[in-house]
Amino acid sequence: MAEVKVSCDEARHLLKQMMQIRQFEDKIMDLLAQDIVQGGSHLYAGEEAVAVGAISAIRPDDYIASTHRGHGHCIAKGGRLPELMAEILGKATGVCKGKGGSLHLADVATGNLGANGIVGGGMGIATGAGLSIKMRKSDQVVLCFFGDGALNLGIFHECLNMAAVWKLPVVYICENNHYGMSVSVKRACAVGDLTKRALAYDMPAESVDGMDVLAVKEAVSKWVGQAREGNGPSFLVCHTYRYYGHSRSDPRVYRTREEEEEWRARDPIKTFSIRCVQEGILSQEEVEALDREVASEIEEAVKFAVESPWPEPEELYEDVYA
Amino acid sequence: MREITYRQAINEALAEEMERDPRVFIMGEDVAIYGGAYGVTRGLYERFGEERVRDTAISEAAIVGAGLGAAITGMRPIVEIMYVDFMGLCMDQLSNQVAKIRYMFGGKTKVPLVVRTEGGAGRTLGAHHSQNLEAWFIHIPGLKVVMPSTPYDAKGLLKSSIREDNPIVFIEHKMLYNTKGLVPGEEYTLPLGVADIKREGEDVTVIAYSRMLLFALEAAQELAKEGISLEVVDPRTLLPLDIETIVGSIRKTNRVIIVEEDCKTGGTGAEIGMQIVENAFDYLDAPVVRLAGADVPMPKSPVLEELAIPSKDRIVTAVKEMLAGGSSL
Ligand SMILES: Cc1ncc(C[n+]2csc(CCOP(=O)(O)OP(=O)(O)O)c2C)c(N)n1
Ligand SMILES: [Mg+2]
Repeated sequence: MAEVKVSCDEARHLLKQMMQIRQFEDKIMDLLAQDIVQGGSHLYAGEEAVAVGAISAIRPDDYIASTHRGHGHCIAKGGRLPELMAEILGKATGVCKGKGGSLHLADVATGNLGANGIVGGGMGIATGAGLSIKMRKSDQVVLCFFGDGALNLGIFHECLNMAAVWKLPVVYICENNHYGMSVSVKRACAVGDLTKRALAYDMPAESVDGMDVLAVKEAVSKWVGQAREGNGPSFLVCHTYRYYGHSRSDPRVYRTREEEEEWRARDPIKTFSIRCVQEGILSQEEVEALDREVASEIEEAVKFAVESPWPEPEELYEDVYA
Repeated sequence: MREITYRQAINEALAEEMERDPRVFIMGEDVAIYGGAYGVTRGLYERFGEERVRDTAISEAAIVGAGLGAAITGMRPIVEIMYVDFMGLCMDQLSNQVAKIRYMFGGKTKVPLVVRTEGGAGRTLGAHHSQNLEAWFIHIPGLKVVMPSTPYDAKGLLKSSIREDNPIVFIEHKMLYNTKGLVPGEEYTLPLGVADIKREGEDVTVIAYSRMLLFALEAAQELAKEGISLEVVDPRTLLPLDIETIVGSIRKTNRVIIVEEDCKTGGTGAEIGMQIVENAFDYLDAPVVRLAGADVPMPKSPVLEELAIPSKDRIVTAVKEMLAGGSSL
């Protein structure tokens, strides 16, 4: 692992966001069990370093497009925890007025083009945002997140090709957590090295340790820089792991407990905290204080969400058309 | 007869048909090791092996397209699209290839393909996992569209669908998987295109399918206490539609309400209603009434989701208004 080349403030920011995501997701798991969150939720626990590392490499006016596992991206892009939690409960105060829920979570004001219930559903949106940036002659960029599962949909190929031909400022970030629901990437993809997928579009590609927030940040910074300079899109594969099952009812028969333990041993929050403390960037007390601070933020978010009203019946017909 | 769930009934139909005909196989996302997102194919991978119960990548267009290719070259595939909401990703394959190939080839090929999928609201999953898109499919000549409401119907109709030489879109409902019903232990099949009168009555005919059938039966039970008698007709197959049975019922009751979970505009009820007008206008004492899903994307919030689809109470109210000669809805 490389030396930690970050300031104390930045380390605190990265760590805090990862803790926010982890605690947010752990809390939702509790709320699902109590039926306070209904329906379902795909949780991002274990993958925090990807969203946080990548999004820390862009500006607030840049865009992201997210996935069905989108809470982490939304938080990292600056979404406010109470409104996000309220949305996941389907409350009127939710960031999408309770109409989107977990699968469609998006704080649009933060440049988030949305979670998506359709695998690969964000890829066209991200590509089009890249086109818009180019046509508006802006220097913004787009980070397009998607899972390994999306690699085998037509839209993936169509978008990468379009972005490459038109040199659009999009960084395509594959969150390779090694499974699309129960199907391992080995059983779903013909290539072992996923970066090879970019070869067909003559797009630069790179693999990175998705459990290492700084490694992700460094790689994304580089490709974002290229995109801002007009050098077009790139393809980044972040190797990571989702801790929970695909969804609440998943008994995880397709993977072993040993494999889960191996990945948990590389936990992005634990390893980054340890590195920060070892290198004297943060003290152990600061790390613990941060953890407590986040815990109380999450409690507040849940309180806000639970106490918020349900949408009024009239809301059903609002927002269908502009 | 045994009491089994809708899920088990479908699972049995799959297993029995795979046992009966080695050309039958299953492919789809998470159908093998996982046993299907709603557990419908559980145990089949263990029993029939990975050749015949195939997990695919997330590639809906290829799943349906390859299903067609296999179907016209000697196999009898059952492909699964996890949620009907994802049919958009394979709609070209279904509409331009699967449905039309036989006709375009002058009848010289057969398409023994079943596309099993699942739809409906009720789990507060929002706009991409709660839709009712059957009207898309009934608009495509060449397809047959089946939407069973009970375990008995699900098993018998799926077995017939698998034996059909035409492409079938077989749409299950996520809120029905745990419902139970009587199903014979012995082999049986049910014909496609034949409606079933689920409850006989005199005053109003209620046409309902899939989950809405259950709501209609609940409403019938409640209204019976007030001396109002509903005849509940379940078309079971939307394409072809058994209009004769529907007309027969209307000749008796002279009134009809259609209950559908899909969006009202351009929905299945519009087609059924118009066929009623064409075939039974003279028997009607009141305008045809539709109780349908709201014309909105399905909202996440549980309180809005409930308002977006018909309910037992809305059926009860509509029946009373109709009998009182009151305003339509
Ligand atoms: C087009 C489409 N097909 C199937 C699904 C059902 N589904 C939801 S998430 C998922 C797995 C996605 O895997 P991946 O892209 O690797 O993301 P991960 O869940 O691992 O984060 C599947 C099959 C869907 N939502 N959309
Ligand atoms: Mg994955």
